[in-house]
Amino acid sequence: MIDPKAGADGNLGNKRIDLELIADMVESGSRVLDIGCGRGELLDLLVNRRQADGRGLELSQAGVNACVARGLSVVQGNADTDLSYYPDNGFDTVILSQTLQATQKPREVLREMARIGPQLIVSIPNFGHWRVRAHLALRGRMPETKALASSWYETANIHLCTLLDFTDLCAELDLKVAQCITLTNGRAHQSTKAPGSWQNLTAEQAVFVLQRS
Amino acid sequence: MSDTDQIENGSKNLDGIATVELKNIALQLDSGQVLDQVTISYRTFGQLNEAKSNAILICHALTLDQHVAGDNPTNGKPGWWSSIVGPGLPIDTDKFFVICQNVIGGCAGSTGPTSMKPDGSGVYGIDFPVITIADMVRAQNLLLDHLEIPDLFCVLGGSMGGMQTLQWAAAHSERVFCAIPIATSARHSSQNIAFHEVGRQAVLADPEFHAGAYQQHGARPRKGLAVARMAAHITYLSETALQRKFGRNLQDRDAVTYGFEADFQIESYLRHQGMTFVERFDANSYLYITRAMDYFDIAADHGGNLAAAFQGTSTRFCVMSFTSDWLFPTSESIALVRALNAAGANVSFVEIESDKGHDAFLLDEPEMFATLDGFLRAAARDRGLS
Repeated sequence: MIDPKAGADGNLGNKRIDLELIADMVESGSRVLDIGCGRGELLDLLVNRRQADGRGLELSQAGVNACVARGLSVVQGNADTDLSYYPDNGFDTVILSQTLQATQKPREVLREMARIGPQLIVSIPNFGHWRVRAHLALRGRMPETKALASSWYETANIHLCTLLDFTDLCAELDLKVAQCITLTNGRAHQSTKAPGSWQNLTAEQAVFVLQRS
Repeated sequence: MSDTDQIENGSKNLDGIATVELKNIALQLDSGQVLDQVTISYRTFGQLNEAKSNAILICHALTLDQHVAGDNPTNGKPGWWSSIVGPGLPIDTDKFFVICQNVIGGCAGSTGPTSMKPDGSGVYGIDFPVITIADMVRAQNLLLDHLEIPDLFCVLGGSMGGMQTLQWAAAHSERVFCAIPIATSARHSSQNIAFHEVGRQAVLADPEFHAGAYQQHGARPRKGLAVARMAAHITYLSETALQRKFGRNLQDRDAVTYGFEADFQIESYLRHQGMTFVERFDANSYLYITRAMDYFDIAADHGGNLAAAFQGTSTRFCVMSFTSDWLFPTSESIALVRALNAAGANVSFVEIESDKGHDAFLLDEPEMFATLDGFLRAAARDRGLS
C-alpha cells in the first residue's frame, strides 16, 4: 500500500527506485505475480523489459482498470484474503512492493507468498531509520517522513516494522535472505547478507530477495 | 442467401446476413435428443485475414439476436452493440472478422420452436427439444467448421452471452485464444432461476398459450409473455437507475386515479416494454432459452470443482462485472476469477462502477470500452495481429 501523500503512484521523488531494482532482479521469461501492483508500473517493466509472464493483484479498482486498459493481466483482490486461491508453485517469483505494512496479517501473507512461489521479492519502508527514531524520541510525535508521509490517523500502513524485525520474521518462516538492497537518499547499497544494525539505522527502505530454505 | 461463397472466393465485403442450413448434420444435444437439419442464422462484419487468425465470436444475451452491429433489418434500429463493434471501435471491424450467430432455440432465424420440423409436419412449438448453453455452443462450433475457421481469436458476450463464452473456454479452449465473459456467472443462481420461473409461469398461464401450440391455433400468449418481460426487465435495472429515471412521477396526470391504471411512469414504462417485446419475441423461445440458462452450471460437469473446468487452459480471460448488477453480481465474477487463478489461467478482472444495473453491459460505459480496448490490443499483439 502506497502512502497517499507520496504522490499518486507512490513516487519518492520522480520515480520508484525500488521498482527499477526489482525489475532487474527478475529473471527473463519467468512467471511473476505482483501483489499490490498499483497502476502496473512494475508489471509493465517486467512484461516489456524482462519478457516475464506477469500477473497482478491489486486492491483498488482504479488501479486494476488502469492495468487492464494498458494490456496487463491483473485482478482486483486483497493480499490478506485472495492469495489462498492461487495454486502451489504457480509462479517463479512473487513480489510484494511497499504493501506488506498495509496488510492485516503480514506473516500469513508472507507464508502464502512462499507457498505460491520459491522466490519472494519484498520491499518495505524501514521504521528503524534514524529520522523515524528521532521524530518519535525527540519530538514525541508519530513520525512523518518522505517514505511515511501520512498522519497516524489516516495512514494505510498499519503494520510497520524495522529491517531487523522483518528479518526476524523471515527466519521464523524459514525464508532465507538471498539479497538485500538498502536505499538511502536515492542511493542503493546491495548485499547478499541480511541487514545489520547499521543499515537498520541508516536505510530509508529496503528490497529483499527471499528464498524458501 | 449465404455469404460463405464470398469467404471462399476472398471477397472483401463480408458484412452480411447469412443463413446456413446444415442439412446433413445432426446436432447431438445434452438431453440425449438429436436435432436434425439445423439452420444457423448469423451475421459477419469485417474481413477474415489470410491466416484465419482474426475471428471474433460475439455471443448474444437471452432476447437479443445476431444483429450486433449495423442495422437490424427487422426494425431498422442500430445493432445492440453498435457502440462497441465497428471500424475504429474497441471491437474494430477494420482489424477483426466479427461473427454473431442467433442461438439455436432462438427466434431470429436459427432453428428453434418456430421452425418447421424436418418431416414437414408443422412447426416444433413445444415439441422442440430442451437445449442447453453447451448445445448453443456446439451449434456455434458447427458454424465455425462450416466457415472453415480453425479457431477464434476471441469469444465474448454479456449475461447469457457470457455463459456461452465460459462454455467455449471450458469445453473448446483449444479453439479460443482469449475470452471476455461480461456480467455473467459460471452457474445460474437460485434467485435467477426463480425469476425465470415467474416469467415462464406467466406465459404458461396465458389462455392463448394452447399448451405451446399457439401458432397452430392462430394465437399468441401476448399477455403472459409481456408480464414475463416486465418482471425480467426490473432485474436488468437497478433501484438507483429506476429512481433516477422515474422516481414516483405520474404518467400524463396530475394526481393518482384511485384505480389500477398506469398512474406511475414506471408502470407505463414496464407495460410498454412488455408490449413491444411480444412483437419481436416468441413465447416458446423464451421458455427454452430461459431454461437453458437455468441448467447452466459449469462446475457440475466437473465434480463440483469450477477450477477443474479450466485446468491447464491456454485461453486468457478478461472478466468484467458492474457494481450495481444484482442479477449477476460481482461476487459471481469473483468466484469465477478465483477458480481461474486456481487453475493457473491468465486472467484479468475489472469491476466497473455503474449505477445502471445488469443492462450496463449494453450501454455506454467508457470504463468497459477502455478495458475491452486494452485487453484486445494486448491479446492481438501477442497473437501477431497488429
